[in-house]
Amino acid sequence: MRLSQSNSRTPFGRIFNDKLAARSFLLAASFPLLVLLFMAGALLLRTLPIFQFVTPWEFLTGDLWRPSQGEFGLSTFISGTLWVTLLALVVAVPPCILTSIFLVEYARRGTLRGLLPVIDLLAGIPSVVYGVWGVLVVVPLVPRLGQFLRSVFGDLPLLTSSNPTGFSILAGGIVLAVMISPIIVSITIEVLRSIPQGVREAALAVGSTRWQAVKHAVLPNALPGIIAAAVMGLSRAFGETLAVMMVVGNTAAIPRSVFDPGYPLTALIANNYGEMMSIPRYDAALMGAALLLLVVVIVFNILSALVLARVSQGARS
Amino acid sequence: MDSHISIKDLNVYYGDNHALKSVNLDIPRNQITAIIGPSGCGKSTLLKTLNRFHDLVDDTRVEGEVRFDDIDIYAPDVDVTEVRTKIGLIAQRPYLLPMSIFDNVAFGLRIHHITNRREVKGQVEKYLQLAGLWDEVKDRLHEPATSLSIGQQQRLCLARGLAVEPEVLLGDEPTSALDPISAKNIEVSLQQLKSQYTIVIVTHVLRQARRLADHVVFMYLGELVEAGPASKVLKSPKDPRTKAYLSGEM
Repeated sequence: MRLSQSNSRTPFGRIFNDKLAARSFLLAASFPLLVLLFMAGALLLRTLPIFQFVTPWEFLTGDLWRPSQGEFGLSTFISGTLWVTLLALVVAVPPCILTSIFLVEYARRGTLRGLLPVIDLLAGIPSVVYGVWGVLVVVPLVPRLGQFLRSVFGDLPLLTSSNPTGFSILAGGIVLAVMISPIIVSITIEVLRSIPQGVREAALAVGSTRWQAVKHAVLPNALPGIIAAAVMGLSRAFGETLAVMMVVGNTAAIPRSVFDPGYPLTALIANNYGEMMSIPRYDAALMGAALLLLVVVIVFNILSALVLARVSQGARS
Repeated sequence: MDSHISIKDLNVYYGDNHALKSVNLDIPRNQITAIIGPSGCGKSTLLKTLNRFHDLVDDTRVEGEVRFDDIDIYAPDVDVTEVRTKIGLIAQRPYLLPMSIFDNVAFGLRIHHITNRREVKGQVEKYLQLAGLWDEVKDRLHEPATSLSIGQQQRLCLARGLAVEPEVLLGDEPTSALDPISAKNIEVSLQQLKSQYTIVIVTHVLRQARRLADHVVFMYLGELVEAGPASKVLKSPKDPRTKAYLSGEM
């Protein structure tokens, strides 16, 4: 059979439709990236005016937030965010790793198949529900925990507070820990499952126990992926607003103890945006806080995506 | 015949799939037994019953008796890690542990609580020698094992398997992922090892069975069709299915 010598016999419409389809798919596919760029660009533009008042360094490290007097220092809020995120990771990561190891390495296939949808469901619960649960359950428990620790260990740095309520960075951390657990567990499960069975068998074939195989053969291979899972959870915790805001106390002071209240960046923006029209540059300062969150989350996500890509590549080779 | 492993009425089921049907087999001591047959015939399934690797997969049922010397390795009071120490396995592809060349070999010793440094060192050298790898790696023992070529990696896996001093060595197509020269190296090692070890290999390469085997087992569709000395089974098979396979009609 001969190919037709030119496209002249192919109806013009077909080619046109093909190109149109390709272009529109490209456009649709690039949409998320465009949204991101627009968002970052808009935030940056709106942030710039604040730097006529304060230097970027003062903006990030200053600890006075008095918009009415033109003082915009974010460090209390940055420390609130860091505290809450760090506590969430400390509370969430160890049990999540153990859960994942159990489900992949020890439990029967059916248990994993049955539990995965439940874990995904947890990730889909609206954050306000977690917030309400935090207020009703976690907040009342926190002071009791504080009293208990005090009665056992006496006064300890980071664990002693004069805050009588449970609204604290610890409550925020616990609520966040529960919220980010599904992400960490499901990514860690994927990472563990991507480790070839042959690696386990290599250890088992010389008479190791299951735990020895997990410890010496599986976990070292999975470690970068597990770290990436924790970072994914971290960036979710970093950006979470509503649930944290409901339990963290929202007091603009640097916490001295996990039982002290704090005021994360996200809560600052959510609580104040829309109410600051009378104060010049307030708007720009809040945009700056938002930009900071956006940049940090993007950086974390890129890092963990890179690590996860390397892990799954390693599993294939 | 002095049989090292004796299999009686062995059945394996993967869920509803009856993968191994009433297998009876004696595996002779200090000889090389080759299990041959077309793919999917149950060769690897049979091999994996010998070190209880089916324990690792849900919905797999093993029924029957596998006597290793006088012990039924499926008896409830048998420690599976001990079975796997005595009956080692070389996999189809070299799967390395994420550690150095030295530590890969030392791994088995350490998990069995041999931690005396000099002893570990001596054993590692001995078994790397035995696997024919020592001269190539003696100056780079603490480099990651992944820096080795795939053929060297397979010999490293052999050394790792030998280091826990098994009595039986299983090989699941241990040369199939290797280039001809590396495959030859493994074959030479196996030949040398058979005076001290009982060796059972699965192979789909008939010529390899002809080169290596003292004893041949032919499997077809989950059944053991014929087993006996290599000279008999390969040269004058009794069963028409064995004949058909050996002449390449299967």
